[in-house]
Amino acid sequence: MFLQTSSYRGLLEHKQEIFMIYERFFHAYYVGCKKSCALTSCGAKSALHLKLENHSKKRGTPMQKHPSMPPYTQPIIRVSNLSKTYGGGFQALKNIDLEIRQGEIFALLGPNGAGKTTLISTICGLVNPSGGQVSVDGHDIITDFRAARKMIGLVPQELATDAFSSVWTTISFSRGLFGKKPDRAYLEKVLKDLTLWDKKDNPIMTLSGGMKRRVLIAKALAHEPRILFLDEPTAGVDVELRRDMWEIVRSLRSSGVTIILTTHYIEEAQEMADRVGIINKGEIVLVDDKDNLMRQLGRKQLILDLHQPLDSIPPELADYGVEIADNGQQLIYTYDTTGERTGITKLLQALSESGIRFQDLNTTKSSLEDIFVDLVKNTT
Amino acid sequence: MNFTAVKSIYLFEMARFGRTLWQSLISPVVSTSLYFVVFGAAIGSRIDEIGGVQYGAFLLPGLIMLNLLTQSISNASFGIYFPKFTGTIYEVMSAPVSFLEIVLGYVGAAATKSLILGIMILLTASLFIPIQIAHPFWMAFFLVMTVITFSLLGFIIGIWADNFEKLQIVPLLVITPLVFLGGSFYSIDMLPETWQTVTLFNPVLYLISGFRWSFYEISDVSVGVSLTMIMVFLGLCLLTIWWIFKTGYRLKT
Ligand SMILES: Nc1ncnc2c1ncn2[C@@H]1O[C@H](COP(=O)(O)OP(=O)(O)OP(=O)(O)O)[C@@H](O)[C@H]1O
Ligand SMILES: [Mg+2]
Repeated sequence: MFLQTSSYRGLLEHKQEIFMIYERFFHAYYVGCKKSCALTSCGAKSALHLKLENHSKKRGTPMQKHPSMPPYTQPIIRVSNLSKTYGGGFQALKNIDLEIRQGEIFALLGPNGAGKTTLISTICGLVNPSGGQVSVDGHDIITDFRAARKMIGLVPQELATDAFSSVWTTISFSRGLFGKKPDRAYLEKVLKDLTLWDKKDNPIMTLSGGMKRRVLIAKALAHEPRILFLDEPTAGVDVELRRDMWEIVRSLRSSGVTIILTTHYIEEAQEMADRVGIINKGEIVLVDDKDNLMRQLGRKQLILDLHQPLDSIPPELADYGVEIADNGQQLIYTYDTTGERTGITKLLQALSESGIRFQDLNTTKSSLEDIFVDLVKNTT
Repeated sequence: MNFTAVKSIYLFEMARFGRTLWQSLISPVVSTSLYFVVFGAAIGSRIDEIGGVQYGAFLLPGLIMLNLLTQSISNASFGIYFPKFTGTIYEVMSAPVSFLEIVLGYVGAAATKSLILGIMILLTASLFIPIQIAHPFWMAFFLVMTVITFSLLGFIIGIWADNFEKLQIVPLLVITPLVFLGGSFYSIDMLPETWQTVTLFNPVLYLISGFRWSFYEISDVSVGVSLTMIMVFLGLCLLTIWWIFKTGYRLKT
C-alpha cells in the first residue's frame, strides 16, 4: 500500500511534479505530457518541459520533498462557522472556517490550549459542536455521521490502548468497529509497514511508548480511511522515531490519504505540510500554502539607522519600495534572498547619490517561527 | 445497522470476560455453595418448609437473582466504565456506530455473561438440592429479562460514574440491600404487617417472586404483577438510555 522503494519514488516524484503543474496549465494535453515526462526523466528536454519549468519558476518551487499525488484542490472536509463552548462556559472554538483539500497534508499549528484537539475531536464526533457545520466529502458529520466517519481514521493525542489485548486483536477490533469485513492480508500489510508485525501477538502493555503510538496509527488505518487525523503524532517521540513518523505520513499521502496533523513544532510543519493552518485561542489566524510561507521566510529586511531623520521618502528612492520607520529614524528595505538580485548595491548607491547617510545597518530574516509568534501575539 | 460493529464490540467484551473467566465463575460458585451450606443446612434444619417447599430449594431462585442482579450490574458498568477510564472509548465514539449499536454490543455481552453465571449457579445448586422447574419457559423468560434489564442499568451506572467509588456504590448500597430485603431468603408473609407493606415498594421483590413462581408455583405477589414490573424496569432503563443517547451525557463534551 505505502512505503515504496526510494528509487521508484525518485522517478515518481519527478513525474508527478511535472504532472502537477501540467494539470494546472495544460489540461488539454494530458497524454502528451505523459510522453514528455518520460522523455525528460531520461534526460532529454522537450519544449513543453522548458515551458513547464518557466511556469514553475513563476509559481515558486512546487512541493519537491513529497512523492506527491497531484494536489487536488477540491475540499474533502469543509468546516463552516464552527464554534464550541464547553460546559463550564469556556469557548474553545470561535467561528472556525476551514477547508481541507483532498490528498494534502495539512498541519494545524498552535500553542497549548489553542483548540487543536477540540477542532479535531469535533470533526471526528467526540465533541458536540455548539454551532456551525462540518461536512466530510459532502456528508454532514451529524445527520450523515456513518458515511462521514467511515472515511476518517483518528490517532488521538493521548496514548489510550487496551493494555491487555494483543496488537492483532486490537486492530481487528478497530476494523470491525468501522463495519469492514476481516482482511488478514491488509492488516498484515499495515503492521509490516509500521514495523509492528513481529509484535502482533504481544499484549499492548508490553510495548514501548513509540510502539504504542504506532499501534494507534495501525488501529486508525485498519479500516482503510481516506482521511487520517494525527493529533501530535510526534509528541514525546525521539528524533529517530520522529523521522520514521514523517516517512510514514509521507508514504500514506502518496497512497492518496488526506492527512491532518497537529503539532507544536514549526520544524515539523515546515518539513511535512502542503498547507499550514495556525490556530490560536480558538481562532484560525492564518491558512496558507507552506511554500508561500516559506517564500516569506526567504524574505529579509535591511534596516538603516539614519543620521538625520526623513519626513518622507525622497523621489529618487520611490522605485525601491523602502519604508520609513521609527519617526523617520530608520529606512527599511525588504528584499527576497531567493531572487536573482537583491538590489542592495543599487539602493546603497542611490542613497549616497541623494546624500542620505546612515550610521548603522542591520539585516533581519523572518522565519516561520516569527510569523507564528507575530500572529499569536497579535491575537492576544 | 452496523452489525459487524455490534459483533466486534460483543466479541471484544466476551474476550475480556474470557480472560477473567476463572475468577468470574469461581466466586459465585463458591458463594452459592456457602449459602447452601450455611442457610440450607444449618438454618434450613430449623425452618423445614416455606409454602410446601423445602427451605434449600426455596432459597435457589433468590440466590440466582441475587447473583444475576449484582453481576449484571457490575459486568455492564465496568464494561463501559473501563474504556472511559483508559480513554479507549474515543474509538467507539468516532466509529460509524449509533448509540443503539454500542448498547447492543456492550449490554449484550454483559447479559450473556450473567446468563452463563445463572446457569452455573443452577448447576451448582443441583449438587445440593433436587431441582424442579414448573414453568421452564417463564423461568428462562425471567432470567433473560432480568439480565438484560440489569445489564442496561449497569451500563447507565457505568456511564454516570466518573470514579471507581461511584461504580461500586450502587451495587453495594442499593442493589444488595434490595435483594436481601426483597424476599430472597424468606417469604414476605413471615414479616410483620407494616414491613410487608414497606417491602411492596421494593422492586426486586417482584422479580424474585415471579422467578420463584416459575420454579415452584408459589409467589408473594401475582405473576402478572411481576411481569408488568419487569417490563416497567426495562422501559425505564431504555428511556434513560435513549436520553443519554440524545444528550450525549457523560460521553460527549
Ligand atoms: N472537556 C473540556 N471541558 C472544558 N474545557 C476544555 C475541555 N477540553 C478542552 N478544554 C479547554 O479548551 C481549550 C482548548 O483545548 P484543546 O485540547 O483543544 O487544546 P490544544 O490546542 O489541543 O492544546 P495542546 O497543544 O495542549 O494539546 C483549552 O483551554 C482547554 O482547557
Ligand atoms: Mg491537543
